[in-house]
Amino acid sequence: MTKMPKRLKTPLAEKDVRALDLGETVYLDGVIFTGRDEVHIHALEHLEKGQKIPVDFKGSALFHCGPIARKVGDKWEIVAAGPTTSGRMNALEPQFIEKFRPGAIIGKGGMSQPTVDAMKKHGCVYLAITGGAAVLAAKGIKSVSGVEWFELGMPEAIWILNADNFGPLTVAIDAKGNSLYAAVNAKVKENEQKVRAKLGLK
Amino acid sequence: MLTEADITKATVELLRRTVVRLPGDVEEAIRKAYAAETDEVPRMQMKAIVDNIDLAAKTSTPMCQDTGVTIFYVSLPRKCEVDVEKGIVEGVRKATKEVPLRPNAVHPITRKNPGDNVGERMPFINWKVHDKDYIEITVMTKGAGSENMSALAMLTPTQGVKGIKEFALNTVLKAGSNPCPPTIIGMGIGGSADISMKLAKEALLRPINVRNKDPEIAKLETELLEAMNMLGIGPMGLGGKTTLLGLNIEYAFCHTASLPVAINVQCWAGRRGTVRISPDGKTAYPTHER
Repeated sequence: MTKMPKRLKTPLAEKDVRALDLGETVYLDGVIFTGRDEVHIHALEHLEKGQKIPVDFKGSALFHCGPIARKVGDKWEIVAAGPTTSGRMNALEPQFIEKFRPGAIIGKGGMSQPTVDAMKKHGCVYLAITGGAAVLAAKGIKSVSGVEWFELGMPEAIWILNADNFGPLTVAIDAKGNSLYAAVNAKVKENEQKVRAKLGLK
Repeated sequence: MLTEADITKATVELLRRTVVRLPGDVEEAIRKAYAAETDEVPRMQMKAIVDNIDLAAKTSTPMCQDTGVTIFYVSLPRKCEVDVEKGIVEGVRKATKEVPLRPNAVHPITRKNPGDNVGERMPFINWKVHDKDYIEITVMTKGAGSENMSALAMLTPTQGVKGIKEFALNTVLKAGSNPCPPTIIGMGIGGSADISMKLAKEALLRPINVRNKDPEIAKLETELLEAMNMLGIGPMGLGGKTTLLGLNIEYAFCHTASLPVAINVQCWAGRRGTVRISPDGKTAYPTHER
């Protein structure tokens, strides 16, 4: 049976995160941080050097996203803000989760097993949002309260976004070690045999 | 007489139309794919894509935040006195600010971002001369999520068609959920290493509902498309019926001792646009009449 969509507010409490089931639909309110390749690299480098980072990721929703933002007067507004490919962050995400303890990671394409394991260990979920649907995603962002590390460039900076009913998001990796992508992959592996037969391949 | 400013103006308008609306063939394939999905998760993904297409058009906003790096294909009349390159480069700069486009172009090593999508060899322009009196400019604004899944195989002639199929299957499997499926696959077969890569991208310029003129190649296009859609990767890799919206192949004769095959992966947002600029300065947008 389909569950009713859940509405959660950031920062997320660990017990709420752990209660989320695979395939469930979620909408988010509150602050969402963007962070992709360079944010992962810089945040971990800062930590190693004992330097402070400009935001607190604990319980946060970290959005793998490099938005198009436009400055109107002295205020930033978000034009388009869809997810980027999360797989690029596979190498650093387990460590990022361990050190900074976000409650949810929003992205597209899923993440590899070490991240699934880190999510289970530290209480974090992966929320899938439709890739490329950037105007739809931007609708759930009410305002921008700031931007940090802007020197990394518009796509790579930390954008501090105020979300209002941001979604729909699908729980694609839960905090119990389950991944929708792993389930699909198993099915694809089965189907591959049929495809090989059709193409005359071994 | 045409001026650089005319080229710049047309380039800005071309980029605006290209990032806001999909060409008709791609949009049609997406709506069909939405109608075909029956399970809840893939239906939700396709609904978001369709809603997003409508909303982008209604609000004249780029459909995806990744407006790519700008790759141009330009055909010039035999006689052309305007500096088209300068006009295009300025057009990219202006469009980045005005549309706006996301400033994506960075130095490959320092990763410094100049903020205007202009840098060494970027925008990249492919040149041709044609027998028409107008200048034709085509642009692809392609995101990195799909481009990153592209691949080249230097097969041997003994591997033959089976080798080509094997490589196509493995590339689609390896790309999996990453390139924002349902995707479009562009394949380049033959030529040389560089020519096959170039053809793979050019294959994406052909509407996906038009088959290659060569019947052997057309047959391979259809066979591969049908086979890949049995994989069940589905929209956003979350399972479902449509993994590929289309598969186009371009080919060139190659050395008798080699068989280069290249694949360029395109996300569902298959954005390409064309403008024709007549000698009197009039413009037409055959891919984006609206």
